[in-house]
Amino acid sequence: MRALALVVACAALLAGPAWSAGPPNAADLEAELVCPVCETTLDQSNAPVAQRMKLFIRERIAAGDTEQQIKDALVAQFGPGVLATPRKSGFGLLAWALPLAALAAGAAIVAVLVRSWSRRRTPSPETPLDPELERRVDEELARYEG
Amino acid sequence: MSRRARLVAQGVAIGLVTLLFVLLVWALATDEGGDLAGAAARGERPDAPDFTLERLDEPGELSLSSLRGKAVVVNVWASWCGPCKEEAPFLEQVWRENRPRGLVVVGLDAKDFRRDARSFMRRYELTFPVVYDGPGDTLSGWGVTGFPETFVLDRQGRVIESFAGAVNSEEDRARLRAAVDSALGL
Repeated sequence: MRALALVVACAALLAGPAWSAGPPNAADLEAELVCPVCETTLDQSNAPVAQRMKLFIRERIAAGDTEQQIKDALVAQFGPGVLATPRKSGFGLLAWALPLAALAAGAAIVAVLVRSWSRRRTPSPETPLDPELERRVDEELARYEG
Repeated sequence: MSRRARLVAQGVAIGLVTLLFVLLVWALATDEGGDLAGAAARGERPDAPDFTLERLDEPGELSLSSLRGKAVVVNVWASWCGPCKEEAPFLEQVWRENRPRGLVVVGLDAKDFRRDARSFMRRYELTFPVVYDGPGDTLSGWGVTGFPETFVLDRQGRVIESFAGAVNSEEDRARLRAAVDSALGL
């Protein structure tokens, strides 16, 4: 019995990812793809070509295609501009990497500036007064207090 | 910040601004967007932008420049475009009538599925060459803003007439025939 439970648990673990992946959702895909005529996402467009693309997505889902296969098929027809977000590979990766690089550069500049300002504000070590000046200050203080 | 560091920072900032300016100038200089229709209407005969695109009627590619020496009608269409369906038979007729005299009609199918475009070609029995531009990258160079649009080019590859929208009315059809005759040098 225990062995059977172990087998069932292993099977569930192996099959888990397949279950959780499931078939692609048409509504999600329509929000991630752009109508090439009106240049809004498909879910926002009623243009004839957008309607045709929505039909294509449903056909491909019914045929068992994955989300990536459907996107690849549409890119093969309409080019990479059909993707609402750039790919995370090749030239499209630049669109993701550049803002992060700019953020890192900005943080580095701020760090350098903060360090520079904090250095400027560090009080300089006390330098001893000129003995003559110190004597005169003491005399003046004594006269003032007296 | 030390004087040296400040100078470096200033140099980097000036360099970045210069780079952005150069990019702007380059973008403006290489912008192929044009008002071919407006220029043709003013009688300026602007050069048609060249393209090399995949063919849908047979394997391989077709370059517009390879047709130099012939009069050309470029018809921009898509299978999902209603008015394109109405004018397709007329364009096929113009092609059949004028092909022996040196006219080539080129269909430019854009923003469309290849399969749908081929289905359209079979349905309307189109026999003229059709090229495919799925992303529609060539359209801005021609100043195309809608579907369909048609351009008549003379034997030197210059635009002498254009039509925004379907060539359906008798007046437009007569104008297209006259432009074709003119392009052929008749």
